[in-house]
Amino acid sequence: MLGTGLTWNLRSDVHQLFEFHFMVNAFRAGTIVAVLAGAIGWYMVLRRQAFAGHTLAVVAFPGAAAAIWLGISVNFGYFGACIAAAVVIAAVPRANAGQTYSEESAVIGTVQAFALACGVLFVSLYGGFLNSLTGLLFGTFLGISNRQVVTLLVVAAAVLVVLAAVARPLFFATVDSDVAQARGVPVRLLSVLFLVLLGCAAAEVSQITGVLLVFALLVMPAASAQQLTARPAVGFAITIALAVGITWTGLAVAYFSVYPVGFFVTTIGMACYLLSVAIRYSAAYVTRRAPRRAVA
Amino acid sequence: MSTLAANPFAGIAHMLSHPFLRYAFLAGTGIAIASGLVGYFIVLRQQVFTGDALSHVAFTGALAALAAGINLRIGLYGACILFALLIAALGNRGSGDDTTIGIVFAWILGLGAFFLTIYTTSRSGTAGGTTGINVLFGSIFGLSRSAAQTNAVLSLLVAVAVIGLARPLLFASIDDNVAGARGVPVRALGFALLFLVGVTAAQATQAVGALLLLGLLAAPAGAAQRLTARPFTAMWLSAAIALLSVWTGLSLAYAAPKIPPSFAIVATATAIYLGAILVTKCARVFRVSIAEPCPVPS
Repeated sequence: MLGTGLTWNLRSDVHQLFEFHFMVNAFRAGTIVAVLAGAIGWYMVLRRQAFAGHTLAVVAFPGAAAAIWLGISVNFGYFGACIAAAVVIAAVPRANAGQTYSEESAVIGTVQAFALACGVLFVSLYGGFLNSLTGLLFGTFLGISNRQVVTLLVVAAAVLVVLAAVARPLFFATVDSDVAQARGVPVRLLSVLFLVLLGCAAAEVSQITGVLLVFALLVMPAASAQQLTARPAVGFAITIALAVGITWTGLAVAYFSVYPVGFFVTTIGMACYLLSVAIRYSAAYVTRRAPRRAVA
Repeated sequence: MSTLAANPFAGIAHMLSHPFLRYAFLAGTGIAIASGLVGYFIVLRQQVFTGDALSHVAFTGALAALAAGINLRIGLYGACILFALLIAALGNRGSGDDTTIGIVFAWILGLGAFFLTIYTTSRSGTAGGTTGINVLFGSIFGLSRSAAQTNAVLSLLVAVAVIGLARPLLFASIDDNVAGARGVPVRALGFALLFLVGVTAAQATQAVGALLLLGLLAAPAGAAQRLTARPFTAMWLSAAIALLSVWTGLSLAYAAPKIPPSFAIVATATAIYLGAILVTKCARVFRVSIAEPCPVPS
């Protein structure tokens, strides 16, 4: 698309890839975002909060659209909207297994639809930025400034520090919330905190993958890793490695093609997931255990 | 607009004298009733995430059809119904499936971005981009007469099917074990409901857009669940709230052209839900204070 094109010489390809400063920045930002998405996504999949995560990701869109309309920094829009939505969702009690009716999914769905509707309104009020609207929705890696990279790094570091501080109690509360509560772990508070962290992560990631595809980077590496191993620490490491790998490959391929980066990121992520499912089943087959029984 | 302020009836007559608004009201009424009824069961069974997934699949289906050069609606209905049946085949309604559903629809959406690029680059100008945005956010004022009529008829069929299945579906949704033991075909009903959801999603995409159809599925049903505990009342109430949202939304968008109709519809539905939450919260506080008076120290 921009360079002389893909050749068989791998060294010249890599050289081409880093020829322009914007591409170097894209890789820097992509790496930061991938590490963050992997870490938060691992907990999200474990906590079965895919719907909440997806909604928080999508909420970045009205935030960014409002910021553009009002002419303020887009960062305020992204983070403000995501954190606000996290607080709204956290206010609804979580659905418990065995409960006949819970309002959780209805509220999350309504928050999502309303947020997107507000996005449409802001876009309409601003009038005509159709090209950047597609970029906002499906991601663009062009024109990431040094300042933006620094902002991404600072926020990611803050989120990861908080996550590291609560990692153990959060894991406990996730795996068995009743026992954790009995042992004095502040389950409810952790739940709210986690949603806010998830909101921050979604706001970061959406600046690279576009708001509609954040979810892919959150869910795909984590779900693949949880297919491969049951051990938390190993799974966590695999998740982050996969997220970074998927992002790098996606960016590299997108550089040489006309199609959006989000398409490549989701497709590579999907391939990783299918591969890990295949590995799990074949491993179960090799050890002479029926895969069904391994699950049960 | 001045007539609208001076005399509401004249204003409404004036509004309905535009053909595009008549078509919008015709299609909108059908879509509202269908999504209100279907949405009630979706919310009851906590399958709203399915609706979320379908909204993304709808986008990809429509764009794939456009990129292939065939009618947008074929792709829309085809993708929605196929994906809905796939989710039904994936199994029970436990939230454990959320991750799988999420992975699949995230990928399908990425595919949608791919088709959007194909479609945009194969056209000149901004026509491709506008179409993509229209699929995502709806263009109810752009419906043709035949499209509106098809929409209304299909919605009517969906509504009739839901009402016909309502009793067994309710039984299966509330307690699938007991229902199964009593000979209710629980699994077949799950398939039927998701098929209807797929059709409704494809319909609603044309009105409020792929990304906002959750507003019509989740918000009216959530509000109805809040306001009454009686199942059939809640079902009808859900349809009525959806209808009210669409009518109010369309009128608002007509009165203030700057406001997109999709936003007005979803915002009305959200406002009603919010109102329902506030009303029931207040009512609960009030009732508690009546039922349990403070113990008077004697």
